[in-house]
Amino acid sequence: MLADAKVGQTGRVLQVEGLDDVAVRLLEMGLTPGVEFKLIGIAPLGDPIEIEIRGYRLSLRKSEATRITIELSA
Amino acid sequence: MPADSSTQTLTVALIGNPNTGKSTLFSALCGVRQQTGNYPGVTVEKKLGRAEFHWQPFTLVDLPGSYSLAPRSPDEMVAVDVLLGRQKAVDEPDAVLCIVDASNLERNLYLVSQVLELGKPTIIALNMVDVARDRGITIDLDILRKRLHVPIVEIQANRKLGLKELKQTLVDTIKANPPVPDSPFPEAFQDEVKQLESQCEDAFHTPLPRYLVERLLLDTSSYLSHGGIREINDSIQSAISASRERLASAGMPVPAVEAMARYQWIGKLLDGVVRRPDSSTKSRSDKLDHFLTHRIWGTAAFVLLMVFLFQAVFWIAGPASDWIDWLKGYASTFVSAQLAEGALQSLIVNGVIEGVGGVLVFLPQIFVLFLFIAILEDCGYMSRAAYLMDRLMSRIGLSGKSFIPLLSSFACAVPGIMSARVIENPRDRLITILVAPLMSCSARLPVYTLLIGAFIPNERIAGLLGLQGLTMFVMYSIGIIAAVLVALMLRQTILKGATPPFVMELPSYKVPGLGIVLYRMLDRGWAFVRRAGTLIFAVTILVWAAAYYPRYEAAANPSEQLRHSFLGQAGQFVEPVVRPLGWDWKIGCAAIASFPAREVVIATLGVIYNLGEDEAEDFETLGETLGSATWEGTNRKVFNIPVALSIMVFFALCAQCSSTLAVIKRETNSWRWPAFTFAYMTGLAYAAAFLTYQIGSLFVG
Repeated sequence: MLADAKVGQTGRVLQVEGLDDVAVRLLEMGLTPGVEFKLIGIAPLGDPIEIEIRGYRLSLRKSEATRITIELSA
Repeated sequence: MPADSSTQTLTVALIGNPNTGKSTLFSALCGVRQQTGNYPGVTVEKKLGRAEFHWQPFTLVDLPGSYSLAPRSPDEMVAVDVLLGRQKAVDEPDAVLCIVDASNLERNLYLVSQVLELGKPTIIALNMVDVARDRGITIDLDILRKRLHVPIVEIQANRKLGLKELKQTLVDTIKANPPVPDSPFPEAFQDEVKQLESQCEDAFHTPLPRYLVERLLLDTSSYLSHGGIREINDSIQSAISASRERLASAGMPVPAVEAMARYQWIGKLLDGVVRRPDSSTKSRSDKLDHFLTHRIWGTAAFVLLMVFLFQAVFWIAGPASDWIDWLKGYASTFVSAQLAEGALQSLIVNGVIEGVGGVLVFLPQIFVLFLFIAILEDCGYMSRAAYLMDRLMSRIGLSGKSFIPLLSSFACAVPGIMSARVIENPRDRLITILVAPLMSCSARLPVYTLLIGAFIPNERIAGLLGLQGLTMFVMYSIGIIAAVLVALMLRQTILKGATPPFVMELPSYKVPGLGIVLYRMLDRGWAFVRRAGTLIFAVTILVWAAAYYPRYEAAANPSEQLRHSFLGQAGQFVEPVVRPLGWDWKIGCAAIASFPAREVVIATLGVIYNLGEDEAEDFETLGETLGSATWEGTNRKVFNIPVALSIMVFFALCAQCSSTLAVIKRETNSWRWPAFTFAYMTGLAYAAAFLTYQIGSLFVG
């Protein structure tokens, strides 16, 4: 899942789990199945994380990133 | 075309993602010709502006910045209702103006795809074309226009470029028929919507707009079906469930199907239209971001910036009240010379001038804080600050966005509460507003200084820690601890609910625009004066009247008059209540008199303990006077260390600031929350002062 990715890694989103507001928001922001991402950084206090998708930067909490299953690029 | 009676004002709704320059465009089009208010029953600000083009007047409705038109709460429903003409507070829009960030087209078009489905004449303002160009992004607009069937106008709102073309296009587009939008959804989904649409029409006897039917099918929060749109009956509810099951088994699960369909539609739309430079080349913004979110450098830069921001607001607060005092003194002297002594003179000097001064004194702080906030927001750092602080604030159930409003409240809760607007989540915003007044603001400082100077021994513990400094530190800490506890308790009780998502865009850095920064600063200041200022003014006049009436002709000095006034009577009335805090009725009276503003307590103590008015400002003298005050009819001193601490603790936690309450009223659009704040803070202050005095007395005896 996305919460386990390391800084600098790239990959694809497989799925966002859940039906609640958090899931809907993640989808709306462009984290749809198949989209490519890059993990840009982790905040100094260890949370949240910063990723790049669809040409822009997005930050989300690790608790939210655990719902996103991913496939890392080789 | 000259103006004639047939020229009707056209209504245009302005919508766009956050960070697209929407408010810059709004102010570029309307200037100062705007009015603000609230939509009934929600906390969303209603903002209307006027503009005209070739004698054609427009009303521009500024809708809140948003990533999606998928309402899941009354606040989010406002935009949809306005766009569909269901919101009675504004006219139905004749057209929708969508502002879009050229450097971030893909995600921005998500909202556009929803807007297009409303079937209104739509115009796209492609903003920040210069930013996109700088980042090496090229957009083939001809292809995009052909594919979208919607006019696209390139603009640079911050430099007012392209606005003429935009207005011309608006006029032309409204005259033409709106194109029938092609749905981004797969056919199977559209069929389900059509079915549901006719079912709804049968049930409600009026057609429901197609977009709302779609939303009913997609909304998993049950907000829309339980009154958000209207109350949906069981048969339609089960039809929706059945529909969702069919879609899920066909590989189109609700709600994911919407994002998947829309982004697929965007993908096709932008295929061959947008070219980006190789992603391995780092832009200037990326490099800056790397530095400013760095574990060490980023943290250091953040701390420095926050210290500077806090100091700036704090520093301006002192001199500002000095200037206002000077102005007040000047005006009072002038009025006193013109008018004979009496009620009118007193009303003007102690009521009107005090009241106006009490409003004006906040303006410099509001200006400074909002100057900073506008710069931070416009340059893109604001969301980085939230990113850096989120972990800390999430421990008390808030998000990183609450940090700056709370920090600012240490200087003054009034601008602090106003700055809570940066928090989109209504519950987080409300909790932040409710605990912000607990931060020890600069108005508490004179109270602390006076009492610490007069009653706390200037000694050191173990030769290191000054007792006076320690007391000051404890007073500040009490506020913070109380805020943390109250925030946690609110989350567990009346403001319960799931943790809101912290999914936040980190926009590219850019040089802030001077125009928009100044505009926002003045806008906030003006909003404060107009909406909260009147209330503050009214309270000051009321308290003046309570201290002035009824007249006691035999009064030898102001102290005796005060004792016989309504205020003095109220103080004597509450004496049994404040006695457990170690207070006599005079302190109780001063506490009541300080309702307009905490610092008033000092002047009132001065008058009530019979000190010459001129000396009231002099803490040394006032401190000595207080020190020698005795309980009436005895030789027992009123003030000792437990009493001084009890007063300080009370003032650290109480809500004796009508300006704060007026601003809470304005920001929450309800009397409920200022009433709640007053009740809980007064209760908390009383309990804490009680404990302080009772426990303290055990030691002092």
